[in-house]
Amino acid sequence: MNVAYYPGCSAKGSSKDYEISTQAVCRALNITLEEIPGWNCCGSTPAHAVDTELSAALCARNLDIAASQGAKLLLTPCPSCLSNLRAASQRMEKPEFRQRVNELLDTPAAETFPEVLSVMQGIAMQLDKENLALRVKKTLKGLRLAAYYGCLMSRPADRMRFEDPENPQLMEDLLTACGAEMVDFPLKTACCGAAFGIPERAMTARNSGRILELAARLDVDAVITACPLCQMNLDLRQTQAGRALNTRFHMPVVYFTQMLGLALGLPRKQLGLNKLAVSADKLLGKLDDPRLADAEGGQQS
Amino acid sequence: MNDHIDLNRLRDPSFIAAVEAQSGQNVSTCYQCGNCTAGCPAGFAYDMPVSQIMRGVQLGLRDSVLHSRSIWMCLSCSTCSQRCPNNIDVAAVMETLRHMARKAGYVTVPKMEKFWLSFLNTVRLFGRSHEIGTMALYMMRSLRVFTDVDLAPTAIAKGKLGLLPHIPPGGAKPVARIFQRYKERARREGVRP
Repeated sequence: MNVAYYPGCSAKGSSKDYEISTQAVCRALNITLEEIPGWNCCGSTPAHAVDTELSAALCARNLDIAASQGAKLLLTPCPSCLSNLRAASQRMEKPEFRQRVNELLDTPAAETFPEVLSVMQGIAMQLDKENLALRVKKTLKGLRLAAYYGCLMSRPADRMRFEDPENPQLMEDLLTACGAEMVDFPLKTACCGAAFGIPERAMTARNSGRILELAARLDVDAVITACPLCQMNLDLRQTQAGRALNTRFHMPVVYFTQMLGLALGLPRKQLGLNKLAVSADKLLGKLDDPRLADAEGGQQS
Repeated sequence: MNDHIDLNRLRDPSFIAAVEAQSGQNVSTCYQCGNCTAGCPAGFAYDMPVSQIMRGVQLGLRDSVLHSRSIWMCLSCSTCSQRCPNNIDVAAVMETLRHMARKAGYVTVPKMEKFWLSFLNTVRLFGRSHEIGTMALYMMRSLRVFTDVDLAPTAIAKGKLGLLPHIPPGGAKPVARIFQRYKERARREGVRP
Protein backbone atom coordinates (compact mmCIF):
# COMPACT_ATOMS: atom_id res chain seq x y z
CA MET A 1 0.00 0.00 0.00
CA ASN A 2 1.43 3.38 -1.07
CA VAL A 3 0.12 6.41 0.81
CA ALA A 4 1.00 10.07 1.18
CA TYR A 5 2.52 10.83 4.55
CA TYR A 6 2.43 13.93 6.73
CA PRO A 7 4.86 13.46 9.66
CA GLY A 8 4.05 16.72 11.48
CA CYS A 9 6.59 19.00 13.15
CA SER A 10 7.03 17.05 16.37
CA ALA A 11 8.35 14.14 14.28
CA LYS A 12 11.40 16.36 13.68
CA GLY A 13 11.75 17.28 17.36
CA SER A 14 10.19 15.93 20.52
CA SER A 15 8.64 12.81 18.99
CA LYS A 16 11.50 11.47 16.87
CA ASP A 17 10.89 8.12 18.59
CA TYR A 18 7.29 8.04 17.33
CA GLU A 19 8.53 8.91 13.86
CA ILE A 20 11.26 6.28 13.61
CA SER A 21 9.05 3.54 15.07
CA THR A 22 6.21 4.53 12.70
CA GLN A 23 8.60 4.30 9.77
CA ALA A 24 9.99 0.94 10.96
CA VAL A 25 6.56 -0.64 11.55
CA CYS A 26 5.10 0.61 8.26
CA ARG A 27 8.15 -0.68 6.40
CA ALA A 28 7.74 -4.09 8.02
CA LEU A 29 4.03 -4.16 7.10
CA ASN A 30 4.62 -3.06 3.47
CA ILE A 31 3.00 0.33 3.89
CA THR A 32 5.05 2.76 1.79
CA LEU A 33 4.92 6.23 3.30
CA GLU A 34 5.55 8.94 0.71
CA GLU A 35 6.33 12.14 2.59
CA ILE A 36 4.54 15.19 1.13
CA PRO A 37 7.32 17.26 -0.48
CA GLY A 38 7.85 20.62 1.23
CA TRP A 39 5.08 20.11 3.81
CA ASN A 40 4.54 22.85 6.40
CA CYS A 41 3.16 23.01 9.94
CA CYS A 42 -0.61 22.46 10.20
CA GLY A 43 -0.73 25.33 12.71
CA SER A 44 -1.74 22.97 15.51
CA THR A 45 -3.86 24.43 18.34
CA PRO A 46 -2.37 27.96 18.20
CA ALA A 47 -3.57 28.52 14.62
CA HIS A 48 -7.17 27.42 15.15
CA ALA A 49 -7.29 29.15 18.52
CA VAL A 50 -6.40 32.39 16.75
CA ASP A 51 -8.28 32.05 13.45
CA THR A 52 -10.10 29.25 11.61
CA GLU A 53 -9.21 30.52 8.14
CA LEU A 54 -5.50 30.85 8.95
CA SER A 55 -5.53 27.29 10.30
CA ALA A 56 -7.32 26.01 7.20
CA ALA A 57 -4.90 27.81 4.88
CA LEU A 58 -1.86 26.22 6.55
CA CYS A 59 -3.51 22.80 6.22
CA ALA A 60 -4.83 23.38 2.70
CA ARG A 61 -1.32 24.00 1.38
CA ASN A 62 -0.32 20.49 2.49
CA LEU A 63 -3.52 18.87 1.26
CA ASP A 64 -3.09 20.63 -2.06
CA ILE A 65 0.47 19.33 -2.53
CA ALA A 66 -0.69 15.81 -1.67
CA ALA A 67 -3.60 16.12 -4.13
CA SER A 68 -1.28 17.36 -6.88
CA GLN A 69 0.82 14.21 -6.36
CA GLY A 70 -2.30 12.16 -7.03
CA ALA A 71 -2.68 10.94 -3.45
CA LYS A 72 -6.04 9.44 -2.46
CA LEU A 73 -5.07 8.65 1.11
CA LEU A 74 -2.90 10.66 3.49
CA LEU A 75 -1.68 9.25 6.79
CA THR A 76 -0.38 11.21 9.76
CA PRO A 77 0.80 9.87 13.13
CA CYS A 78 -0.21 13.00 15.08
CA PRO A 79 -3.84 13.43 16.23
CA SER A 80 -3.53 17.22 16.27
CA CYS A 81 -2.35 17.30 12.65
CA LEU A 82 -5.08 14.77 11.83
CA SER A 83 -7.74 16.95 13.45
CA ASN A 84 -6.61 20.13 11.69
CA LEU A 85 -6.21 18.52 8.28
CA ARG A 86 -9.64 16.88 8.53
CA ALA A 87 -11.23 20.11 9.79
CA ALA A 88 -9.79 22.05 6.86
CA SER A 89 -11.06 19.45 4.35
CA GLN A 90 -14.50 19.51 5.92
CA ARG A 91 -14.78 23.32 6.14
CA MET A 92 -13.52 23.86 2.61
CA GLU A 93 -16.57 22.08 1.27
CA LYS A 94 -18.36 25.39 1.91
CA PRO A 95 -17.72 27.69 -1.08
CA GLU A 96 -17.52 30.96 0.92
CA PHE A 97 -15.04 29.44 3.34
CA ARG A 98 -12.99 27.96 0.50
CA GLN A 99 -12.93 31.39 -1.17
CA ARG A 100 -11.61 33.08 2.01
CA VAL A 101 -8.92 30.41 2.42
CA ASN A 102 -7.88 30.52 -1.22
CA GLU A 103 -7.28 34.26 -0.82
CA LEU A 104 -4.51 33.38 1.65
CA LEU A 105 -2.80 30.85 -0.64
CA ASP A 106 -0.39 31.41 -3.54
CA THR A 107 -2.77 29.57 -5.87
CA PRO A 108 -6.29 28.27 -5.20
CA ALA A 109 -6.29 24.81 -3.59
CA ALA A 110 -7.35 21.65 -5.42
CA GLU A 111 -11.10 20.97 -5.49
CA THR A 112 -10.74 17.56 -3.88
CA PHE A 113 -8.32 16.54 -1.19
CA PRO A 114 -7.11 13.07 -0.20
CA GLU A 115 -8.83 11.36 2.72
CA VAL A 116 -6.76 11.92 5.88
CA LEU A 117 -6.48 9.10 8.41
CA SER A 118 -4.23 8.29 11.34
CA VAL A 119 -1.29 5.93 10.93
CA MET A 120 -3.12 3.65 13.38
CA GLN A 121 -6.11 3.40 11.01
CA GLY A 122 -3.72 2.90 8.09
CA ILE A 123 -2.11 -0.07 9.83
CA ALA A 124 -5.53 -1.57 10.60
CA MET A 125 -6.50 -1.12 6.94
CA GLN A 126 -3.38 -2.91 5.80
CA LEU A 127 -3.95 -6.01 7.88
CA ASP A 128 -6.64 -7.24 10.24
CA LYS A 129 -6.17 -8.60 13.77
CA GLU A 130 -5.79 -12.19 12.60
CA ASN A 131 -3.12 -11.32 10.06
CA LEU A 132 -1.32 -9.09 12.53
CA ALA A 133 -1.27 -11.96 15.03
CA LEU A 134 0.39 -14.13 12.37
CA ARG A 135 3.15 -11.53 11.97
CA VAL A 136 4.03 -11.45 15.69
CA LYS A 137 7.57 -12.66 16.29
CA LYS A 138 7.83 -11.67 19.93
CA THR A 139 4.58 -11.96 21.85
CA LEU A 140 3.63 -9.22 24.29
CA LYS A 141 2.10 -11.89 26.53
CA GLY A 142 2.64 -11.09 30.18
CA LEU A 143 2.40 -7.33 29.64
CA ARG A 144 -0.54 -5.46 31.12
CA LEU A 145 -1.12 -2.22 29.24
CA ALA A 146 -3.47 0.77 29.20
CA ALA A 147 -4.40 2.23 25.80
CA TYR A 148 -4.59 6.02 25.99
CA TYR A 149 -5.88 7.77 22.86
CA GLY A 150 -6.08 11.32 24.15
CA CYS A 151 -8.90 13.68 23.29
CA LEU A 152 -8.22 14.62 19.67
CA MET A 153 -8.09 11.25 17.95
CA SER A 154 -11.82 10.61 18.29
CA ARG A 155 -13.34 14.06 18.88
CA PRO A 156 -15.20 15.99 17.64
CA ALA A 157 -16.93 12.81 16.45
CA ASP A 158 -18.37 14.10 13.16
CA ARG A 159 -14.94 15.39 12.12
CA MET A 160 -12.78 12.48 13.26
CA ARG A 161 -15.06 9.50 12.56
CA PHE A 162 -12.79 7.36 14.70
CA GLU A 163 -14.86 4.60 16.30
CA ASP A 164 -16.77 5.33 19.54
CA PRO A 165 -15.69 8.88 20.48
CA GLU A 166 -15.39 8.01 24.18
CA ASN A 167 -14.53 4.34 23.97
CA PRO A 168 -12.41 3.53 20.92
CA GLN A 169 -11.00 -0.01 20.71
CA LEU A 170 -8.59 0.05 17.78
CA MET A 171 -5.40 0.26 19.83
CA GLU A 172 -6.62 -2.51 22.12
CA ASP A 173 -7.41 -4.67 19.09
CA LEU A 174 -3.92 -4.20 17.65
CA LEU A 175 -2.09 -4.85 20.91
CA THR A 176 -4.31 -7.75 21.97
CA ALA A 177 -3.45 -9.36 18.63
CA CYS A 178 0.19 -9.00 19.72
CA GLY A 179 -0.53 -10.89 22.93
CA ALA A 180 -0.77 -8.03 25.45
CA GLU A 181 -3.41 -7.84 28.17
CA MET A 182 -5.28 -4.55 27.75
CA VAL A 183 -7.00 -3.15 30.83
CA ASP A 184 -10.28 -1.30 30.70
CA PHE A 185 -9.06 2.30 30.90
CA PRO A 186 -11.89 4.77 31.57
CA LEU A 187 -9.68 7.84 30.98
CA LYS A 188 -8.60 6.64 27.54
CA THR A 189 -9.99 9.72 25.78
CA ALA A 190 -9.58 12.24 28.61
CA CYS A 191 -7.51 15.34 27.88
CA CYS A 192 -3.88 15.38 29.11
CA GLY A 193 -3.77 19.18 29.35
CA ALA A 194 -2.51 19.66 25.81
CA ALA A 195 -0.15 22.53 25.06
CA PHE A 196 -0.99 24.29 28.33
CA GLY A 197 2.19 22.78 29.82
CA ILE A 198 4.12 25.92 28.89
CA PRO A 199 1.70 28.79 29.69
CA GLU A 200 -0.37 27.12 32.45
CA ARG A 201 1.51 24.22 33.98
CA ALA A 202 -1.15 23.43 36.62
CA MET A 203 -3.64 22.52 33.89
CA THR A 204 -1.36 19.90 32.36
CA ALA A 205 0.02 18.60 35.65
CA ARG A 206 -3.47 18.06 37.06
CA ASN A 207 -4.96 16.41 33.98
CA SER A 208 -1.94 14.25 33.18
CA GLY A 209 -1.64 13.40 36.88
CA ARG A 210 -5.16 11.93 36.92
CA ILE A 211 -4.35 9.71 33.96
CA LEU A 212 -1.06 8.50 35.43
CA GLU A 213 -2.67 7.94 38.83
CA LEU A 214 -5.35 5.70 37.34
CA ALA A 215 -2.77 3.80 35.30
CA ALA A 216 -0.67 3.26 38.45
CA ARG A 217 -3.73 2.10 40.39
CA LEU A 218 -4.55 -0.39 37.63
CA ASP A 219 -0.99 -1.66 37.98
CA VAL A 220 -0.17 -1.57 34.28
CA ASP A 221 3.34 -1.98 32.89
CA ALA A 222 2.93 1.02 30.60
CA VAL A 223 0.52 3.57 29.20
CA ILE A 224 0.41 3.30 25.41
CA THR A 225 -0.10 6.54 23.47
CA ALA A 226 -0.70 7.63 19.90
CA CYS A 227 -0.08 11.38 20.33
CA PRO A 228 3.22 13.28 20.55
CA LEU A 229 1.82 15.87 22.93
CA CYS A 230 0.11 13.35 25.23
CA GLN A 231 3.33 11.35 25.31
CA MET A 232 5.36 14.42 26.26
CA ASN A 233 2.94 15.46 28.98
CA LEU A 234 2.76 11.99 30.51
CA ASP A 235 6.44 11.11 30.11
CA LEU A 236 8.72 14.16 30.08
CA ARG A 237 6.37 16.06 32.42
CA GLN A 238 5.72 13.04 34.67
CA THR A 239 7.64 14.56 37.60
CA GLN A 240 5.57 17.76 37.34
CA ALA A 241 2.38 15.69 37.30
CA GLY A 242 3.54 13.71 40.33
CA ARG A 243 4.37 16.87 42.23
CA ALA A 244 0.88 18.25 41.58
CA LEU A 245 -0.59 15.13 43.20
CA ASN A 246 2.02 14.85 45.98
CA THR A 247 3.33 11.60 44.64
CA ARG A 248 5.98 10.13 42.35
CA PHE A 249 5.10 8.10 39.32
CA HIS A 250 7.32 5.59 37.54
CA MET A 251 5.10 4.85 34.60
CA PRO A 252 6.61 4.19 31.17
CA VAL A 253 4.64 5.94 28.43
CA VAL A 254 5.27 4.21 25.13
CA TYR A 255 4.02 4.87 21.59
CA PHE A 256 1.79 2.16 20.14
CA THR A 257 4.17 1.94 17.17
CA GLN A 258 7.03 1.11 19.56
CA MET A 259 4.97 -1.74 21.05
CA LEU A 260 3.98 -3.01 17.60
CA GLY A 261 7.64 -2.86 16.57
CA LEU A 262 8.65 -4.94 19.58
CA ALA A 263 5.97 -7.52 18.76
CA LEU A 264 7.03 -7.65 15.11
CA GLY A 265 10.54 -8.44 16.33
CA LEU A 266 12.09 -5.27 14.87
CA PRO A 267 15.52 -4.26 16.18
CA ARG A 268 15.02 -2.16 19.31
CA LYS A 269 17.40 0.48 17.99
CA GLN A 270 14.87 1.19 15.24
CA LEU A 271 12.16 1.93 17.79
CA GLY A 272 13.72 4.81 19.72
CA LEU A 273 12.96 3.28 23.11
CA ASN A 274 16.08 4.94 24.54
CA LYS A 275 14.43 8.32 24.05
CA LEU A 276 11.73 7.77 26.67
CA ALA A 277 12.21 9.98 29.74
CA VAL A 278 10.79 7.27 32.03
CA SER A 279 12.77 4.14 31.25
CA ALA A 280 10.95 1.17 29.75
CA ASP A 281 13.71 -1.24 30.84
CA LYS A 282 11.51 -3.06 33.34
CA LEU A 283 8.92 -3.68 30.66
CA LEU A 284 11.58 -4.83 28.20
CA GLY A 285 13.00 -7.13 30.88
CA LYS A 286 9.57 -8.70 31.33
CA LEU A 287 9.35 -9.17 27.59
CA ASP A 288 12.72 -10.91 27.58
CA ASP A 289 11.84 -13.17 30.51
CA PRO A 290 11.63 -16.67 28.96
CA ARG A 291 8.93 -17.67 31.46
CA LEU A 292 6.67 -14.98 29.99
CA ALA A 293 7.78 -15.03 26.39
CA ASP A 294 6.59 -18.55 25.67
CA ALA A 295 3.92 -17.93 23.07
CA GLU A 296 2.42 -21.38 23.51
CA GLY A 297 2.51 -21.37 27.33
CA GLY A 298 -0.43 -19.17 28.16
CA GLN A 299 -0.55 -20.17 31.84
CA GLN A 300 2.05 -17.78 33.24
CA SER A 301 1.17 -14.27 34.22
CA MET B 1 -33.40 57.30 35.19
CA ASN B 2 -31.94 56.57 38.61
CA ASP B 3 -35.15 55.31 40.21
CA HIS B 4 -35.25 51.93 38.54
CA ILE B 5 -32.91 49.09 37.61
CA ASP B 6 -32.49 48.66 33.87
CA LEU B 7 -32.27 44.92 33.30
CA ASN B 8 -31.53 45.39 29.63
CA ARG B 9 -28.56 47.68 30.09
CA LEU B 10 -25.97 44.92 29.77
CA ARG B 11 -27.78 42.94 27.11
CA ASP B 12 -26.90 42.85 23.45
CA PRO B 13 -29.72 41.03 21.67
CA SER B 14 -27.70 40.73 18.46
CA PHE B 15 -24.99 38.76 20.26
CA ILE B 16 -26.63 35.33 20.14
CA ALA B 17 -27.30 35.68 16.42
CA ALA B 18 -23.66 36.60 15.78
CA VAL B 19 -22.36 33.66 17.86
CA GLU B 20 -24.76 31.24 16.16
CA ALA B 21 -23.82 32.45 12.69
CA GLN B 22 -20.06 32.28 13.31
CA SER B 23 -20.03 28.95 15.14
CA GLY B 24 -22.75 27.27 13.06
CA GLN B 25 -24.34 26.10 16.32
CA ASN B 26 -27.86 26.45 17.60
CA VAL B 27 -27.08 27.84 21.07
CA SER B 28 -30.77 28.58 21.70
CA THR B 29 -31.45 24.88 22.27
CA CYS B 30 -29.26 24.74 25.41
CA TYR B 31 -31.52 23.93 28.38
CA GLN B 32 -28.85 24.08 31.09
CA CYS B 33 -28.49 20.38 31.85
CA GLY B 34 -24.88 21.02 32.91
CA ASN B 35 -23.33 18.01 31.17
CA CYS B 36 -20.70 20.23 29.56
CA THR B 37 -19.65 21.69 32.90
CA ALA B 38 -19.66 18.27 34.60
CA GLY B 39 -17.23 16.77 32.09
CA CYS B 40 -14.95 19.77 31.51
CA PRO B 41 -11.31 18.96 32.42
CA ALA B 42 -10.39 22.65 32.44
CA GLY B 43 -13.37 23.84 34.50
CA PHE B 44 -11.32 24.22 37.67
CA ALA B 45 -9.52 27.13 36.01
CA TYR B 46 -12.68 28.84 34.70
CA ASP B 47 -14.28 31.94 36.18
CA MET B 48 -17.64 31.08 34.54
CA PRO B 49 -18.56 27.39 34.08
CA VAL B 50 -19.11 26.54 30.42
CA SER B 51 -22.87 26.04 30.93
CA GLN B 52 -23.07 29.60 32.30
CA ILE B 53 -21.18 30.83 29.25
CA MET B 54 -23.87 29.19 27.11
CA ARG B 55 -26.58 30.90 29.18
CA GLY B 56 -24.72 34.19 28.88
CA VAL B 57 -24.75 33.87 25.10
CA GLN B 58 -28.51 33.18 25.15
CA LEU B 59 -29.09 36.26 27.30
CA GLY B 60 -26.87 38.45 25.13
CA LEU B 61 -24.43 39.17 27.96
CA ARG B 62 -21.74 39.97 25.43
CA ASP B 63 -19.32 41.78 27.70
CA SER B 64 -19.26 39.25 30.54
CA VAL B 65 -18.84 36.35 28.15
CA LEU B 66 -16.15 37.93 25.97
CA HIS B 67 -14.21 39.15 29.03
CA SER B 68 -14.33 35.76 30.75
CA ARG B 69 -11.20 33.84 31.61
CA SER B 70 -12.94 30.58 30.65
CA ILE B 71 -12.83 31.11 26.88
CA TRP B 72 -9.00 31.28 27.10
CA MET B 73 -8.60 28.26 29.38
CA CYS B 74 -10.67 25.88 27.21
CA LEU B 75 -8.51 22.91 26.14
CA SER B 76 -10.53 22.27 22.94
CA CYS B 77 -10.89 18.59 23.95
CA SER B 78 -14.57 18.55 22.84
CA THR B 79 -15.78 16.48 25.81
CA CYS B 80 -18.60 19.04 26.20
CA SER B 81 -19.61 18.72 22.55
CA GLN B 82 -19.60 14.94 22.78
CA ARG B 83 -21.92 14.92 25.80
CA CYS B 84 -24.37 17.67 24.84
CA PRO B 85 -27.85 16.12 24.59
CA ASN B 86 -28.85 18.78 22.06
CA ASN B 87 -25.86 18.21 19.79
CA ILE B 88 -24.43 21.65 20.29
CA ASP B 89 -20.72 21.67 19.46
CA VAL B 90 -19.98 23.57 22.67
CA ALA B 91 -16.22 23.59 22.02
CA ALA B 92 -16.88 25.28 18.67
CA VAL B 93 -18.93 27.94 20.49
CA MET B 94 -16.07 28.48 22.96
CA GLU B 95 -13.65 28.84 20.06
CA THR B 96 -15.93 31.32 18.31
CA LEU B 97 -16.14 33.37 21.51
CA ARG B 98 -12.36 33.41 21.78
CA HIS B 99 -12.09 34.60 18.19
CA MET B 100 -14.67 37.32 18.83
CA ALA B 101 -12.91 38.42 22.00
CA ARG B 102 -9.49 38.62 20.30
CA LYS B 103 -10.87 40.49 17.32
CA ALA B 104 -12.47 43.00 19.68
CA GLY B 105 -9.15 43.34 21.52
CA TYR B 106 -10.23 41.62 24.76
CA VAL B 107 -7.46 39.30 25.94
CA THR B 108 -8.27 38.28 29.50
CA VAL B 109 -5.45 35.72 29.80
CA PRO B 110 -2.59 37.33 27.87
CA LYS B 111 -0.09 34.52 28.49
CA MET B 112 -2.22 32.14 26.41
CA GLU B 113 -2.19 34.50 23.47
CA LYS B 114 1.55 35.10 23.93
CA PHE B 115 2.17 31.37 23.76
CA TRP B 116 0.08 30.90 20.62
CA LEU B 117 1.68 33.85 18.86
CA SER B 118 5.17 32.61 19.79
CA PHE B 119 4.37 29.23 18.27
CA LEU B 120 2.93 30.82 15.13
CA ASN B 121 5.97 33.09 14.77
CA THR B 122 8.19 30.03 14.44
CA VAL B 123 5.83 28.62 11.80
CA ARG B 124 5.96 31.90 9.87
CA LEU B 125 9.76 32.07 10.10
CA PHE B 126 10.63 28.43 9.42
CA GLY B 127 7.55 26.91 7.77
CA ARG B 128 7.44 24.36 10.56
CA SER B 129 7.00 24.90 14.26
CA HIS B 130 10.12 24.88 16.38
CA GLU B 131 9.94 23.92 20.03
CA ILE B 132 12.97 25.76 21.39
CA GLY B 133 12.14 28.81 19.28
CA THR B 134 8.58 28.83 20.67
CA MET B 135 9.91 28.61 24.23
CA ALA B 136 12.46 31.38 23.69
CA LEU B 137 9.92 33.76 22.15
CA TYR B 138 7.38 32.95 24.84
CA MET B 139 9.90 33.62 27.62
CA MET B 140 10.75 36.98 26.08
CA ARG B 141 7.12 37.97 25.61
CA SER B 142 5.90 36.82 29.00
CA LEU B 143 9.08 37.54 30.98
CA ARG B 144 8.67 34.08 32.49
CA VAL B 145 12.26 33.12 31.83
CA PHE B 146 12.32 30.00 33.98
CA THR B 147 9.43 28.29 32.20
CA ASP B 148 10.17 24.55 32.09
CA VAL B 149 13.92 24.86 32.74
CA ASP B 150 13.46 21.75 34.92
CA LEU B 151 12.72 19.73 31.77
CA ALA B 152 15.70 20.90 29.75
CA PRO B 153 18.34 18.41 31.04
CA THR B 154 16.21 15.32 30.26
CA ALA B 155 14.89 16.71 26.98
CA ILE B 156 18.42 17.47 25.79
CA ALA B 157 19.93 14.19 27.07
CA LYS B 158 17.23 12.20 25.28
CA GLY B 159 17.75 14.14 22.04
CA LYS B 160 14.15 15.31 22.19
CA LEU B 161 14.84 18.92 21.34
CA GLY B 162 15.96 19.93 17.89
CA LEU B 163 18.27 22.88 18.51
CA LEU B 164 18.04 24.04 14.92
CA PRO B 165 14.71 24.69 13.22
CA HIS B 166 13.61 22.26 10.54
CA ILE B 167 12.92 24.22 7.37
CA PRO B 168 11.05 22.46 4.53
CA PRO B 169 12.99 21.83 1.33
CA GLY B 170 12.05 24.74 -0.92
CA GLY B 171 12.13 27.15 2.01
CA ALA B 172 9.68 28.81 4.34
CA LYS B 173 8.63 31.64 2.00
CA PRO B 174 5.30 30.11 0.85
CA VAL B 175 4.21 29.83 4.48
CA ALA B 176 5.39 33.35 5.31
CA ARG B 177 3.22 34.59 2.42
CA ILE B 178 0.13 32.90 3.96
CA PHE B 179 0.77 34.81 7.20
CA GLN B 180 1.43 38.03 5.29
CA ARG B 181 -1.89 37.84 3.43
CA TYR B 182 -3.71 36.90 6.62
CA LYS B 183 -2.28 39.93 8.41
CA GLU B 184 -3.06 42.32 5.56
CA ARG B 185 -6.62 41.09 5.34
CA ALA B 186 -7.15 41.41 9.10
CA ARG B 187 -5.91 45.00 8.89
CA ARG B 188 -8.20 45.78 5.99
CA GLU B 189 -11.11 44.35 7.94
CA GLY B 190 -10.11 46.25 11.06
CA VAL B 191 -9.63 43.24 13.36
CA ARG B 192 -6.72 42.03 15.47
CA PRO B 193 -4.69 39.53 13.37
